[in-house]
Amino acid sequence: MQIHISKSRMKRRIALNSIFRILFFLATTIGLVFLSLLLIRILNQGLGYLTIDFLRNFPAPYVEEAGMFAGIIGSLFLMLLTAPIAIILGVSTALYLEEYAPKNRFTNFIQVNVQNLAGVPSIVFGLLGLTFFVYLFQMGYTLIAGALTMSLLILPVIVVAAQEAIRSVPKEIKEASIGMGATKWQTIWRIVLPAAVPGILTGSILALSRAIGETAPLLIVGAATAIYTIPDSMLSKYTVMPIQIYSWTSRPQEEWQFVAGAGIIVLLVILLCMNAIAVWIRNKFQNRY
Amino acid sequence: MTDMISNQQNENSAIDDQYIFDIHDFNLWYGSDQALYGINMGIEKNKITAVIGPSGCGKSTLLKTLNRMIEMVPNVNTSGSIKYDNADIFSKKQMVEDLRTQVGMVFQKPNPFPKSIYDNVAYGPRIHGIKKKKVLDEIVEKSLRGAAIWDEVKDRLNQNAYGLSGGQQQRVCIARCLAIEPNVILMDEPTSALDPISTLKIEELIKELKDKYTIVIVTHNMQQAARISDKTAFMLTGELVEFTDTDTLFSNPKDKRTEDYITGRFG
Ligand SMILES: Nc1ncnc2c1ncn2[C@@H]1O[C@H](COP(=O)(O)OP(=O)(O)O)[C@@H](O)[C@H]1O
Ligand SMILES: [Mg+2]
Repeated sequence: MQIHISKSRMKRRIALNSIFRILFFLATTIGLVFLSLLLIRILNQGLGYLTIDFLRNFPAPYVEEAGMFAGIIGSLFLMLLTAPIAIILGVSTALYLEEYAPKNRFTNFIQVNVQNLAGVPSIVFGLLGLTFFVYLFQMGYTLIAGALTMSLLILPVIVVAAQEAIRSVPKEIKEASIGMGATKWQTIWRIVLPAAVPGILTGSILALSRAIGETAPLLIVGAATAIYTIPDSMLSKYTVMPIQIYSWTSRPQEEWQFVAGAGIIVLLVILLCMNAIAVWIRNKFQNRY
Repeated sequence: MTDMISNQQNENSAIDDQYIFDIHDFNLWYGSDQALYGINMGIEKNKITAVIGPSGCGKSTLLKTLNRMIEMVPNVNTSGSIKYDNADIFSKKQMVEDLRTQVGMVFQKPNPFPKSIYDNVAYGPRIHGIKKKKVLDEIVEKSLRGAAIWDEVKDRLNQNAYGLSGGQQQRVCIARCLAIEPNVILMDEPTSALDPISTLKIEELIKELKDKYTIVIVTHNMQQAARISDKTAFMLTGELVEFTDTDTLFSNPKDKRTEDYITGRFG
């Protein structure tokens, strides 16, 4: 049988292909244009207010004296508490699901729900934190209540990332270890975890960089908006960068928008650094098998 | 007192016993699919036993059962008995970690850990609690010598094992297995991923290891079985068709199916 290829139809197909290429390119450009506009505006407004003093000062009623110190330190302390809680819980859960849990419908059910939790709006976690940590466990509006809420928020993301990292450890080297009389735990500790650490770290840093930009759940569990001390214990009051930015943007005078711009620049730089570290770890350790 | 005497006798009879594994009416199912049918087989001490047969006939399954690695697969069921040193390997008293320390395994694809050569070989002793650097050094050297690779790697013990060639990696894996001083070494097609020269080296090594260890080797390659083994078992679709001296099996097979297989009529 002879297949007849029509030249004119081929031309149409090629033309259509170009049209789609242009359409998709435009779509990409629109996103990029708006992102750049946003960035330019923020840099324009904020750079002038971004001084060493801005990083060192507490909030103040005058624009010239206002600073982000409380937010920076608050975010740092919050992450220092959140990271170990979420990573230890998340990696343990992932290890259980991947290595110990029997492959049955119950495990499957948990698995699906962990994935669903990763998509739950952050404000819901705020309400959960308010109910349990702030009221039920009577922690009040404290740093630890905020950290626990944040841990829950990023836990599902860390579990999923850790599971993927654990799953990518080749079966063959696990068998080699088990085959020499190592227990499952020895195999996990000496073989699986070391091989999975880069993946776990990458996922955890990305999850933390999500948490560091969160505002809504922390407003609900009572982070302060203006505060003149840095936390000195887990039961201190605290504020975080995005909440300070939020409180500046909600003021009527225009200068405060510029202060907020400076705050956004600080937050963005920190986020970019965290993402860069994550990418660096991933590239450094990938393709090892 | 009587207990001690009977223990004594047991031990003696175990030492005298020429069989290290005693497989009796053994069946195995993956879920509802039966993979092994009524296997009866005695594996002799300090001999090389080869298991041959077409792909999918159950060679790996049988081998992995001997150190209970098969339990890594979910939903495996068995019936019948397998005795190692006269003790049931499936009994509650048998710690599986202990069995796997005495019955080591070398896999089809070289599978070193992503660690240094030294740490690969020291892995086994370390998980069994040996920490002293001097003791570990000795074990590592002895094992690498035992696996005929010491001279090739002695100057780069701290380099990653992944930098070695496939054949060298496989010998490091054999050294790693020797380091836990097993009695039996199970090998599942240990040369199938290697080039002919590495294959030859490993075959030489296996023949040397026979003095100290009992070796059970699965091979896809009949010539290999003929070259190195004392006993050969021929399996087909989950059954043990014929099991006898290697020379006899290849020169004078009793079963028609064995004859067809070794003359290359299928496979
Ligand atoms: N993990 C497993 N789950 C289910 N069936 C398996 C599994 N491993 C092997 N089998 C089946 O058991 C039979 C024997 O396999 P195997 O022992 O690997 O054969 P061989 O090593 O001789 O090639 C094959 O039919 C195979 O499909
Ligand atoms: Mg096989």
